[in-house]
Amino acid sequence: MKILVCITNVPDTTAKIAFVDSDTKLNKTGIQFIIGPYDDYALARAVELKEQHGGTVTVLNVGEAEGEPQIRKALAIGADDAIRVNAEPTDSYFVAAQIAHIAQQNNYDLILMGRESIDYNSGVVHGLVGEMLGIPSFSPVMKLDIEGTTAKLAREIDGGKEYLEAPLPLVLGCQEPIAEWKIPNMRGIMTARTKPLQVVEPVAVEDLAINERYSQPAPKGQCKMIPVEEVEKLITLLRTEAKVL
Amino acid sequence: MSVLVFVEIDNGSIKKLSQEAITYGAEVARMINATATVLALGAADESALAQAGSFGATKVLHASDPKLTHENSMAYADVLVQAAHQEGSKVIIVAKSGLGDAVAARAAAKLKASVISGITSLPEINGNSFKVTRSIYTGKAFATVDIRSEIKILAIRKNAVEATETGNMATVETFSPALNDANFTAKVTDVEKSNAELSLTEADIIVSGGRGMKGPENWQPLLDLAKALGAATGCSKPVSDLDWRPHHEHIGQTGIKVAPNLYIACGISGAIQHLAGVNGSKCIVVINKDPEAPFFKAADYGIVGDIFEVLPRLTKAIEASK
Ligand SMILES: Cc1cc2nc3c(=O)[nH]c(=O)nc-3n(C[C@H](O)[C@H](O)[C@H](O)COP(=O)(O)OP(=O)(O)OC[C@H]3O[C@@H](n4cnc5c(N)ncnc54)[C@H](O)[C@@H]3O)c2cc1C
Repeated sequence: MKILVCITNVPDTTAKIAFVDSDTKLNKTGIQFIIGPYDDYALARAVELKEQHGGTVTVLNVGEAEGEPQIRKALAIGADDAIRVNAEPTDSYFVAAQIAHIAQQNNYDLILMGRESIDYNSGVVHGLVGEMLGIPSFSPVMKLDIEGTTAKLAREIDGGKEYLEAPLPLVLGCQEPIAEWKIPNMRGIMTARTKPLQVVEPVAVEDLAINERYSQPAPKGQCKMIPVEEVEKLITLLRTEAKVL
Repeated sequence: MSVLVFVEIDNGSIKKLSQEAITYGAEVARMINATATVLALGAADESALAQAGSFGATKVLHASDPKLTHENSMAYADVLVQAAHQEGSKVIIVAKSGLGDAVAARAAAKLKASVISGITSLPEINGNSFKVTRSIYTGKAFATVDIRSEIKILAIRKNAVEATETGNMATVETFSPALNDANFTAKVTDVEKSNAELSLTEADIIVSGGRGMKGPENWQPLLDLAKALGAATGCSKPVSDLDWRPHHEHIGQTGIKVAPNLYIACGISGAIQHLAGVNGSKCIVVINKDPEAPFFKAADYGIVGDIFEVLPRLTKAIEASK
């Protein structure tokens, strides 16, 4: 089985987000970058499926060279090889077109990625890639097993879960508890250094949307503390002051 | 030309999130001198669909083929594109949700349209320039996006506009799209739905519990408060990881992002990853015995105290004031 795992290179979940250059660029100073947490679940499940069924796991990142430590980490976790499309991932459509282009040249049985990236939170890349390739996409997938050429999966729906069987190939957006995050071991880290990482240039895609500038939410006002002896007062405040009841 | 709004149906009626999407679509239509058309798929009640008029739509296209009753982003996107062609729609609106994003994405690929998800307010339209503001970094920032593509697909976040009702009715027309078998290759083998009446993404009030609840057996006072308030219930990640509560209640950066009018956090410390899922809330109440809990910094109202003492008293106060 051939699996492609698409990973994003994103600021750590605890990162302080600020902008520079007249609010047109993320201030990357002091920010630690990580593999997107959802992508990390997808990668972990891909490695487990490879252990069960044989095959290969290829990691794909659309991003600049600064993301290579995260790609190496994915290789250390158990991917066999990696492709980096050398471009700034500015727009979902652009990223999806790059992934679809790579996928068209290789016959992957499964294309896995996180349900969304934690920088743009769009949750649209799996659907775009699926449509560009003309194959089904499902998200958010929280359970995935393969039997022959059929995927058995569970996805989260509003207030519950739905179990599905679908023929491969598929594009899936993943989330917990599809697998547990894997931490690379020493041997993985050593072998990752020599695993192939191919850098390719992007295919041209028309600019459909441009991020013009960024802004931050207004700071939260002071929290009004209510003494525990008077908790009942909260109800009145929620009614008359906050007007949310 | 019309602005096309894809709506989600629950029990034959238009979901609340989708009502906001219709209001949004109607506002955009007003800005570009167009009308708003709603697309509803699968089994639905005609009179419930006509209610779309109350939120500003002129017309509802209803494709009632039973094959479309079950959520299917592939087939839905296909039908949406057929409707967009019929209506000559250049702007398509969906409510942001797992289904909305998936339908928007697949339709965007078919139409070579840009798809922008997480929009928080009405667009700025000036001649040919069309700009929207969206939430990014899980609510920690916003981006203003200049959309260049001719067709624009917008996934609207909860509370981007207030759904206002006028009492008008829309005309409901039957829509009979071609259905492609290739979109129906997946078999649904089972569905588990919680019997909670209220889904987290639609709820106006959420009462949420963290590790401070100490164990699944202690949830009753929280459920009682939720019931008194007509609220949905949520939890922090460790709580669902420990199986104290079902996974679909997990709120935060790696769970569901919610934007209720009122979020009440009980025994949740307020880790940045949890806050990322709730920062769209209008009003946040935090109940925690530790006055230093970081959640207080993100709260509007705070109570330093023991949840097991505070919750029953709040429930009683609400019931007394009803
Ligand atoms: C990549 C990543 C992603 C994550 N994603 C998420 C996410 O999506 N959602 C999420 O929630 N977390 C997430 N986390 C975990 C997060 O960092 C915190 O660990 C988690 O939110 C803490 O949960 P908690 O507040 O319930 O528990 P704790 O931090 O243990 O807090 C319990 C709180 O209860 C209070 N308390 C205890 N007893 C009482 C009592 N009797 N009365 C009143 N108060 C009491 C304590 O003072 C404490 O503040 C993520 C972490 C990582 C690394």
